Amino acid sequence: MEIRLSTSDGVPVYRQIVNQVKYLIASGRLRAGQEMPTIRALAERLLINPNTVVHAYAELEKEGVIVCRHGSGTFVAESVSRQPGRDGVQALAARVDSLLVDAAHLNLGLGPLLQLIAQRHRLLKKNQNTSNGIDHA
Amino acid sequence: MNMDRIIKLEQVSRRYGAKLALDGVSLEIPSGVVLGLVGANGAGKTTLIKHVLGLLRAQRGSVRVFGLDPVKQSVEVLSRLGYLSEDRDLPPWMSVGELMRYSRAFYPRWDSAYAERLRQQFQLSDSSRIRTLSKGELAKAGLLVALAHRPELLVLDEPSSGLDPLVRRELLEAVVRSVAEEGRTVLFSSHMLDEIGRVSDRIAMMVQGRVVLNGPLHEVLESHRRLVVRFPQSKDRLLAMPGALAIQGGPEEWTVIRNGGQEAFLNALHEVRGEVVEEGQATLEEIFHARASRHAVETTENHAG
Repeated sequence: MEIRLSTSDGVPVYRQIVNQVKYLIASGRLRAGQEMPTIRALAERLLINPNTVVHAYAELEKEGVIVCRHGSGTFVAESVSRQPGRDGVQALAARVDSLLVDAAHLNLGLGPLLQLIAQRHRLLKKNQNTSNGIDHA
Repeated sequence: MNMDRIIKLEQVSRRYGAKLALDGVSLEIPSGVVLGLVGANGAGKTTLIKHVLGLLRAQRGSVRVFGLDPVKQSVEVLSRLGYLSEDRDLPPWMSVGELMRYSRAFYPRWDSAYAERLRQQFQLSDSSRIRTLSKGELAKAGLLVALAHRPELLVLDEPSSGLDPLVRRELLEAVVRSVAEEGRTVLFSSHMLDEIGRVSDRIAMMVQGRVVLNGPLHEVLESHRRLVVRFPQSKDRLLAMPGALAIQGGPEEWTVIRNGGQEAFLNALHEVRGEVVEEGQATLEEIFHARASRHAVETTENHAG
């Protein structure tokens, strides 16, 4: 599980882990049932406070993305909830905004941008299917 | 005696001549928490730490460490904490091996096997004299002594100061591992905001002898925003808006670091026909500078008034 942290953009570290784990799952690089690193292992690898990993895992568990089974470890949930929460939509809206700003700087109109999104979506699905062998669509 | 608070400072003040080095500082560190203490040089971080270590007596207020008075009960307090200072304070004539044996005699809970493991991990030679060690090796020897008696509290005063990134990383790894293994309480003073941003649960920010901000790191980050606003009037009107901490730029677009509720700020902005053209998360560095400059402004105002 490759996570890259940045302490220079002001996003709390636990939030960066939550977002990146979700991204890794969405792109098929983390699969349902796969075991997550232990809190200690991830803290040492990322050079962060173990409590921050606890915070991130608790958040991911609350959102149904991972399951903690006492004594046996933490795993990617079998069926990640498809119902987006209000907070999730809000966070996504902020990222869409920054995408729109970037696109405007590149003089990329809404049409071509939507095409690009659709294209990336197809690619993501394709990768997910080859690494999963299962279609989650 | 409140044991779930490893450190408890209440209204501590300290004056050096005309300078108020600590100005009514209250700060608590619960057990198992890593507290990052940030502030510019001269803000009072080291003076605060000296009170925790019992090297200074509070002129006003009270200091408790493990529920004890670190001045009156200094032997007990010092034997239960590990300390790494910026200037290391290790006896230059000793070899690394002698330093370890000497420290073992002082600390009842010294763990020789752990000390040896740290020595190998830090690649320190048993026979090297302290005075011949490089800056990085000196810091590692200091951290070894601070950790090997498995202290309940680890106090790090600018541990990375003057070190190269590789050694900094090694030290930080050892600290993170010790927190992960033993749930250690840590008071970590640094002006390297990147380090603080990684390893702290909570941060306390000091400006001119006062704690101006104190809370869980993620809450501190999430409660501050950076806005770029278009606003064709004077800087002072903008600075007077609710939650605005610091303003930069102008004359038409200004970058504002804002804390607290967005709504009150937006209402005030719209009233004077200003608008937000960009918004993002403020970084720890921006928050720190905003708080420091805000404090400076308020201090000047108070003196003027």
